[in-house]
Amino acid sequence: MAVRKNQAQLTADEKRRFVAALLALKRDGRYDSFVSTHNDFIMSDTDDGDRVGHRSPSFLPWHRRFLIQFEEALQSVDPAVTLPYWDWTTDRTAASSLWAPDFLGGTGRSRDGQVTDGAFAASGNGWRINVRVDGRDFLRRNLGAGVRQLPTKAEVDSVLAMSTYDMAPWNSASDGFRNHLEGWRGVNLHNRVHVWVGGHMATGASPNDPVFWLHHAYIDKLWTQWQTRHPGSPYLPTSGTRNVVDLNDTMRPWGNVTPAAMLDHTLYYTYDTAA
Amino acid sequence: MSGITRRQALGITASAAAGLAVAGAARSYAQAEEPQGRHRPTGEPGSFDEVYLGRRIQGGPTGGHGGGHHGDHGDGYAVRIDGDELHIMRNADGTWISVINHYEPRATPRAVARAAVAELQGAVLVPLAPSPSAA
Repeated sequence: MAVRKNQAQLTADEKRRFVAALLALKRDGRYDSFVSTHNDFIMSDTDDGDRVGHRSPSFLPWHRRFLIQFEEALQSVDPAVTLPYWDWTTDRTAASSLWAPDFLGGTGRSRDGQVTDGAFAASGNGWRINVRVDGRDFLRRNLGAGVRQLPTKAEVDSVLAMSTYDMAPWNSASDGFRNHLEGWRGVNLHNRVHVWVGGHMATGASPNDPVFWLHHAYIDKLWTQWQTRHPGSPYLPTSGTRNVVDLNDTMRPWGNVTPAAMLDHTLYYTYDTAA
Repeated sequence: MSGITRRQALGITASAAAGLAVAGAARSYAQAEEPQGRHRPTGEPGSFDEVYLGRRIQGGPTGGHGGGHHGDHGDGYAVRIDGDELHIMRNADGTWISVINHYEPRATPRAVARAAVAELQGAVLVPLAPSPSAA
């Protein structure tokens, strides 16, 4: 059983093996297929049409399944590797060890946003951006430029306090926990972190930056914390909702996974701390 | 004679925009230039055509057929940067995003185009067609 750990607590060896597994998936092409899948859904999920991966109730179970699939790919390279999570309420500056050269590398240089240190810099390990929205093939970041502050613990708590999972119209206009966590309404948690990192993380091809996985592993952990806080609050909607994945509907692209099957993360992994 | 009706003018504008979207040619929206909202009483954004930070940005309605020529959703409105289409999307609250700034809504397609130009720092757009997994 995988144990997902806070990235700040990883040992030097755990960081080295996580980075090596990422580079291996990049080399054999599997990494880029995850980027493609994400971008496909980003571009096709719409507020008034079919929506699965984003701006909809299935945002959380879809990304949970997506991360499980990615974690399994990492483990096919190195069975000891699991996805770490980035608690951006705590590690909230560019000086965090997350951005050190022995882990994800730092922010981009001012001239062109290019990340120039760490394993994912353009020089060295072949971290070429192949699934991209523009001509640039190097990883870019602009930490803290698009928005100054990452969400605070108090802001997270204000969203975790929302007792209803999701509400009609089940999109970016919804009230409720899911949309406030996703960030289209209110204090803005998930979306804001993408903007804070900048560069590729601000685009539809955001998984080009490995921090994507650590960000979403923490969003996923917040879903678990919300479940613990509201044990009587179910996934919604439950049936018959046009363009939306109901509790027992299957999700694209897998076709055999329902939100109901994703509600209990302990079937797949646990956390280093109680959620 | 100026016998062309308002409806016909709108139709021509829409056809030109749709043709532009399909052909991928960098044609001018100049003929479609109108003050924002003048022909769009429903509150939909009008066309624009300007040079911003050295890049030509254009936007306009696609005639109600959406931007779906490569399977995505332009919500009946297309934006181009130096002739290349920028994938955009309208949110339920009327704000807009693009594939370049996907997590940060802005008020208008023009604001989305300008934000993309700033982010591109001179780089060319790459058309990204969804793969079959999203179909």
